[in-house]
Amino acid sequence: MTRQPLLEVTDLVVSYATAGGREVHAVNGVSLAVHAGQITAIVGESGSGKSTTAQAIIGLLPGNADIDAGEIRLDGRDLAGLSEKQWRGIRGTRIGLIPQDPNNSLNPVKTIGESVAEGLAVHRRGTAATRKARVLELLEQVGIDDPARRYDQYPHELSGGMKQRVLIAAAVALEPDLIIADEPTSALDVTVQKIILDLLDDMRRQLGIGILFITHDLAVAGDRADHIVVMQRGEVRESGYAATVLTDPRDPYTRQLLADAPSLAVADVHRRRPVPDGDAPPLLVVDGVTQRFGDFTAVDDVSFTVDRGTTHAVVGESGSGKTTLGRSIALFNQPTAGSITVDGTEITTLGRKQRRDLRRSIQLVYQNPYSSLDPRQTIGATVAEPLRNFTRSGKAEAATRVERYLDLVALDSGTAARRPAELSGGQRQRVAIARALILEPELLVLDEAVSALDVTVQAQILRLLDELQHELGLTYVFISHDLAVVRQISDTVSVMSRGRQVEAGPTERVFRAPESDFTRQLIDAIPGRRYRGGDLNLGL
Amino acid sequence: MSTTALTATGPAATPTATDTPRRRRLRRSVWTRPGTLISAAVLVVALLWALIPQVFSSHEPNVGTFQPLLEPNATNWFGTDAVGRDLFTRVVWGTRESLTGAVIAVLVGLVVGTLIGLLAGTQRGWVDSVLMRFIDVLLSIPALLLSLSVIILLGFGTMNAAIAVGVTSVATFARLARSQVLSVAGSDYVEAAYGSGGTQWQVLVRHILPNSLTPVLALAALQFGSAILQLSTLSFLGYGAPPPTPEWGLIIADARDYMATSWWLTVLPGLVIVAVVCATNYLAQLIRKEA
Repeated sequence: MTRQPLLEVTDLVVSYATAGGREVHAVNGVSLAVHAGQITAIVGESGSGKSTTAQAIIGLLPGNADIDAGEIRLDGRDLAGLSEKQWRGIRGTRIGLIPQDPNNSLNPVKTIGESVAEGLAVHRRGTAATRKARVLELLEQVGIDDPARRYDQYPHELSGGMKQRVLIAAAVALEPDLIIADEPTSALDVTVQKIILDLLDDMRRQLGIGILFITHDLAVAGDRADHIVVMQRGEVRESGYAATVLTDPRDPYTRQLLADAPSLAVADVHRRRPVPDGDAPPLLVVDGVTQRFGDFTAVDDVSFTVDRGTTHAVVGESGSGKTTLGRSIALFNQPTAGSITVDGTEITTLGRKQRRDLRRSIQLVYQNPYSSLDPRQTIGATVAEPLRNFTRSGKAEAATRVERYLDLVALDSGTAARRPAELSGGQRQRVAIARALILEPELLVLDEAVSALDVTVQAQILRLLDELQHELGLTYVFISHDLAVVRQISDTVSVMSRGRQVEAGPTERVFRAPESDFTRQLIDAIPGRRYRGGDLNLGL
Repeated sequence: MSTTALTATGPAATPTATDTPRRRRLRRSVWTRPGTLISAAVLVVALLWALIPQVFSSHEPNVGTFQPLLEPNATNWFGTDAVGRDLFTRVVWGTRESLTGAVIAVLVGLVVGTLIGLLAGTQRGWVDSVLMRFIDVLLSIPALLLSLSVIILLGFGTMNAAIAVGVTSVATFARLARSQVLSVAGSDYVEAAYGSGGTQWQVLVRHILPNSLTPVLALAALQFGSAILQLSTLSFLGYGAPPPTPEWGLIIADARDYMATSWWLTVLPGLVIVAVVCATNYLAQLIRKEA
């Protein structure tokens, strides 16, 4: 490439001053380039320094962070060390930003129109009337239906996807040369994610904008970017053309990411197929379950059965009722109608005492390992708690059991003395699984149990779940929004949309020949299309 | 990765004044700041006065052995009062009375208030409504009026004054405890504890109570300072300890007739009260922020 890149970052070093007076290098010698009209993606897990890099480029580092070395050149001009006033002339006009979570990035007391026009007003472009015309044009351009009506609406009246479109409109309003998109879709549903990414791509093509795209998802980067920069712990592990990085990765870390990304499915969880026992009755029978909250029907007539030792996945987007259903199975909800039978016992009509007893065989694992462990209790106490509640085992006996279960989820016995704050997200989720398993339940409801984790950790937990299922003969109800993960782990699947079960059946069949349009849309939205190599590797 | 908390629309984001000027705010440990050390020293001295007053002064607290109304001097650091008692000695001996009263007052507020808040927060429904309306009633009565009414009901005396002061803080403790309990009770780990087969009582003791108590205890430290003040007010008005007990409020009350001629009788004990109250408040704020 002979053309000078639009943005060129060379050997950037950013460090944070921490409370203890120590310096932490969040970004260490990072170099990258973004060309006009192209997308460069920074891929990395949490803590890799990808967001810090982006903040440095737009001059919005937090107060305790400093650029220690390196250059950030926009069209040849060094941005590091500009004054605040000079920065104001660059932010918005030259560099636009699309933030991560659209749901708290718009001022709730301003109308959509005011929010989009703000950049124009700050930089004194046109009169109020011409600004309004421009904003309406922008809203139209990002695919907002009926812009004139939306102009006067407030953020709470729009869906997450709509809000992200508005933010994109605001970002392109001043026609910047470069847009930084920091995980622009990680707070959105998969189908919405695809639409938003398509929109960004359109904007790039139409306006010739260079995009620096920050993501944790290698598959998304592969689908969209021209160049990929893989970061880990503040350093660039590999960078190059997207095709090269994905098809011929040089760095072991990139290979690991590729192997662990469920949607790329180069390697799989290697599920061992459970041997179906044709005669045995199913462990779980869900029959016509309906849950109403007032006028709102969260779950509408859902039925399925799950054989012992298998995994049934419930897939859907946010608000589809999947979590409500899972909570009903895990005894935290009483459905309005329908029945749920576990091992022959009808569980929806149980009294408090019986319900408590049944918790020995049905356990729930939560989505967020940061909130599901008591911060004041040691890991040992947390894992031992079910034992204390249900058995009369002595302290020594309980400690041995705890150690055995920590070992089972691949945590060393020293973990028992530590507190949640000392553990990583993946370790915490292992603790939550150990707590759920210590009573030797038969049925485990996993509510988005791997969604909050980085891909490599996610892959480890999925492997762990598979091993445990095999060793202990567990049955899982696996609730997830992520079809790629579901495809790896489940035997049967129910697809839910707005409380309705739109499709159900063996996972392989549903993925190969989806019967409903909604399922087809979901499957289409799985990122990584470009490098999966033809058809989905079903791993079956 | 959530540091990009931009609240305005992306390009027009109001820039924060934190970037280019290369500033580095290294936080000094709050426990070694001068303010912390001074406050701690004041409290340690007050505590020693309360525990072993005889070490700090060899004079008699309740018998006049000097000339009356002497100005502060080398022997009588705070001067003497109208009946010739050494004022410094009386202040030192009075510490025990005042601090014990404050401790009792805080305990009453803490225990009763937290229990009410806990009950309201965990039981919800009509229990919650009844208890919280009762708390609203308590809050609507001015603190001094409330403590005076309680004293009239219980009778005069240090102990009763302390209880009266405690009653006035019940409402604050109850409200704080309830709001803490509500937020903790809604968390995933509390539900997970029920999911592990915990009974309501077990979950309450193991998870809800320990996790909601920290802010309540910080409030107790803060209340301690104001309890000292309120107790002194009550003794000043004559509802607390009977004379000639050395008690801070009472010492100042005794001196009010000599305010124009003998300034030291009111100012010096007053300064002691101010110092102790400021010290407890400072430390209480610190605990609240750091916890």
